[in-house]
Amino acid sequence: MAIKDLPIDECLLTGNAACPGCPATLGLRLVFKALGKNTIMVVPACCTAVIESLYPHTSFDIPVMNIAFEAAAAGASGVEAALRKLGKKDTTVLAWAGDGGTYDIGIQALSGAIERGTNFIYICYNNQIYSNTGIQRSGATPYGAWTTTTVGGKTEFRKDMGEIIIAHHLPYAAQTCISYPEDLYGKVKKAKDIKGPKYIEILAPCPPGWRFSMDRTIDMGILAVETGAWALYEYENGNMTFNGKSKLILENKIDRKPVEEWIRQQGRFSHLFKPEKDTTKITAIQKNIDQTWERYRKQYL
Amino acid sequence: MKKYEVVTSISYPKKGAMGKTGSWRVFRPIFDKAKCVKCLRCWIFCPEGTIKRKKDDSIEIDYDYCKGCGICANVCKVKAITMEREAKKK
Repeated sequence: MAIKDLPIDECLLTGNAACPGCPATLGLRLVFKALGKNTIMVVPACCTAVIESLYPHTSFDIPVMNIAFEAAAAGASGVEAALRKLGKKDTTVLAWAGDGGTYDIGIQALSGAIERGTNFIYICYNNQIYSNTGIQRSGATPYGAWTTTTVGGKTEFRKDMGEIIIAHHLPYAAQTCISYPEDLYGKVKKAKDIKGPKYIEILAPCPPGWRFSMDRTIDMGILAVETGAWALYEYENGNMTFNGKSKLILENKIDRKPVEEWIRQQGRFSHLFKPEKDTTKITAIQKNIDQTWERYRKQYL
Repeated sequence: MKKYEVVTSISYPKKGAMGKTGSWRVFRPIFDKAKCVKCLRCWIFCPEGTIKRKKDDSIEIDYDYCKGCGICANVCKVKAITMEREAKKK
């Protein structure tokens, strides 16, 4: 698939409340292109609840239900049950939550909905912080990153949500990134036609949260994949396949770039380089990525 | 547009729900049609959807809503889009 093959129709209207250079709106545009207008969306508290803009207007041209922070998947379960009762089989139910509403607050409802076999798509757009409330740490924040609640850099590593979800042995789970629109579109399109619970996680580099210039959103996503800090994969009926650059990295066909190239360009890691370089912490981050890929090779190659 | 009679508050879709967001812009994207190779990277990577794709795959920028993030200029491989400051120093 090429960029030219993606549909022209838009369900995200211009003139919304997103920051300039926002990766979430970019993801939303692609997701709406893949799902089409026959979709009901459930949004908990996250940046997207703000992007919808002010009452009595909204920027989303599809039905959206706003719900409490922890209840995205539970709300989607209810919508799906109602549609089933009404006999509307071709309507897609989409739960769209941030990493705070998925990794930390919404994990219990999400796990429950997947276990019940709810027929819906859950998309987590992961910007590795609670950016809506002003950049606090979340379970997805990487080691060493500055946030307003981890002033000297986070002291713990992030958890691997993709593998927590895969442990539910659901029909479809995938990880993708906004910098690869064909990959993202293809995965959402594929998930649409599968029955049962589907989970897709999108890496969304956030300019104000990660402290980089707003025109570099796409570069940050590409570098995250090329350094191995993020992996593109899909899990389908028990089979794990890596996609794109991540596949080449897994098969040792290309070398991973050193993680320093990625973190050096983000202000949230600037305390590791100024006033002097903190080699211990940078080595710890690199070592963690090395171990992750070693584990991927053992399990999935 | 169909209006619904329910007790809860409902918002209805509207283009420019936050007003003309083009006024947020500091840098303005300038598109050079002669250099464009119609790869559509700017169209797909525009977070706002303000770059309109026409039927013949040429593009048009909607300055009423463009927030001026500069992603289009950054992803363009042939440098057909450049960013220029809106207000010039006198």
